[in-house]
Amino acid sequence: MVGRSLRQIVWARLRRDRLAMVCLFVLIAYYLIGIFGPILGPSLGLDPYAFDRDSISNQGGRPVLPNGGISGEHPLGVEWGTGRDLLSQLLWGLRISLVVATTATLLTVTIGVVIGIVAGYAGGWVDLLIGRFMDLVLAFPFILIVLALSNVLTDRIIAFGVPPGTPSRIVYLILVISVFGWPYLARIVRGQVISLREREFVEAAVAMGSSRRRILFTEILPNLWAPIIVYTTLLLPAYVGFEAALSFLGVGVIPPDTTFGAMLANSVNYFVQVPIYLFIPGTILAILVVSFNLLGDALRDALDPRVTR
Amino acid sequence: MAGYVVRRVLGMVLLLFLLTLTVFVLFSLMPADPARLTCGKACSPAIIENNRHRLELDIPPIEQYQRFVAGIFVGRTYLKDTARPLECEAPCLGYSFLRNQEVLAMITKAAPVTFWLAIGGFVTWMVIGLVFGVVAALKRGRWQDRTVMGIALVGYSLPSFFIGLVLFFFVVLIWHLLPIPQWTSGMPFANPGKFFQTMLLPWITIATLNAAFYMRLTRNQVLEVFGEDYVRTARAKGLPERIVVVKHALRAGLTPIVTAAGLDLAYLLGGAIITENIFNLPGLGSLAIGSVLASDLPLITGITLVAAALIIVANLVVDLLYAVVDPRVRVG
Repeated sequence: MVGRSLRQIVWARLRRDRLAMVCLFVLIAYYLIGIFGPILGPSLGLDPYAFDRDSISNQGGRPVLPNGGISGEHPLGVEWGTGRDLLSQLLWGLRISLVVATTATLLTVTIGVVIGIVAGYAGGWVDLLIGRFMDLVLAFPFILIVLALSNVLTDRIIAFGVPPGTPSRIVYLILVISVFGWPYLARIVRGQVISLREREFVEAAVAMGSSRRRILFTEILPNLWAPIIVYTTLLLPAYVGFEAALSFLGVGVIPPDTTFGAMLANSVNYFVQVPIYLFIPGTILAILVVSFNLLGDALRDALDPRVTR
Repeated sequence: MAGYVVRRVLGMVLLLFLLTLTVFVLFSLMPADPARLTCGKACSPAIIENNRHRLELDIPPIEQYQRFVAGIFVGRTYLKDTARPLECEAPCLGYSFLRNQEVLAMITKAAPVTFWLAIGGFVTWMVIGLVFGVVAALKRGRWQDRTVMGIALVGYSLPSFFIGLVLFFFVVLIWHLLPIPQWTSGMPFANPGKFFQTMLLPWITIATLNAAFYMRLTRNQVLEVFGEDYVRTARAKGLPERIVVVKHALRAGLTPIVTAAGLDLAYLLGGAIITENIFNLPGLGSLAIGSVLASDLPLITGITLVAAALIIVANLVVDLLYAVVDPRVRVG
């Protein structure tokens, strides 16, 4: 028997799961496209902001060619009324969606883990105080509060020097999603820490006179990776969908920038005449979220010592 | 038990108090200038100043908060020093000068729509989620299990607004199976047929996401209970499989699911924002979106307060129910 680290075990298990590997490649592709699409796009003639008046009719702005104006020049068609290229819009929008979801996930996990560890290890009145605070934050319905605070807080963010328009909206989404999203993870982490706190290796560290910071983040934190990873895999797809939902409701990025949700919201006006406005962004979004969830499931199984195959 | 209930109720009261404070700070102190938000782009300084006074934003924050809380318990009067003071009786959640209506009146008008939407969606998803979850657990590893879990995965991966839009597109616009959803006052009792036609798709939209989630939850929960010693004991003493499944495994396994569902229902009652938006239902969610787009702060404040209070109360009810129903939970 050769000793293997948790990472090696998990990776070996994951690699045997064919569906999970497909999803992993799909996700890597999404991220690569999200990162490099807007960088390389312009050299391929892609521009989400350029109006193409020739591709739409003068009366009403309907795309001239059938199926939303799909052609060699515009592989996924053009936007009703402006003739803007939909493929470009999807590429640029994908980047915004991924930036919001990924950053918000990292921030949520960081806040949740730190507060969870502190609450669980400190116990006593600190734990009680944090617990009540979490109850309070959890009482706010997520979508409603993000919606409700959008005008109020975006102004504040702009006052802090973030450019108005899309950048301030992105910062707002990331901040507010994280600030109202961390308590779920913090609860899980707190529970784990409470049981870890009593273990011998922590006692040993205390006896050796380790600083509290060292005990919390060098001794205890490494034992929490499994639940943290599992929760992260739940958060990412949830936040992708969440960003889409918020953009759909009109509190996400503002035109001319767009994301999946905003494109779907726009499609509502035209989808009787041009159904692909609904189905192309919807399908691309769905594939992204399904891949995240499938990979997350596989990762959860791989991390769970009770699952045998 | 009595001590536990008292402690929990006191905790809830404290939480509700903190809630009013938080909501007040978020919506009255956070905006750069609340009065500026009361009128559109063409807004003169005089109008803003006037609104600042009408909304009582020209008094110290502490006093504003006092009036805000006092309004909830004993009511309050706006525009005291004018010829036509505005009486807002308790419980007063504020007054929307933008729409010239009391916030509570608008909320109570929208609440029935959300109520019926939430209840119908809840029943649909619980039935689907529990039935298919139990089937999957009983047929673990077989094709039934894999089919149900596959559907569940897709179900909770699709954003609910996409599901709603696709349903709307095919069922209403392409196949003409249902008329365009339209809520009319007096529903559901005045016009039950039209009510069901209007609500069917919204219910399915809400149910899809949650049913998928509950299928997985139910399956895992039931499987876990099947591993418990008392289930093995029941089998060992020769009880028929049907009795083991229904009386021993399901009862203990489903209790936490049913109680957890209470919380999800409370979330929905605070406004199913996306579903109401897609199907144009004039419920709390639509009211919330409207208030945000119009920057109607008193209305936003009121809706947030009501929705959050619902969740806090539901949390308590669920915890207490849990303690009563599940014999394994001990409180002291």
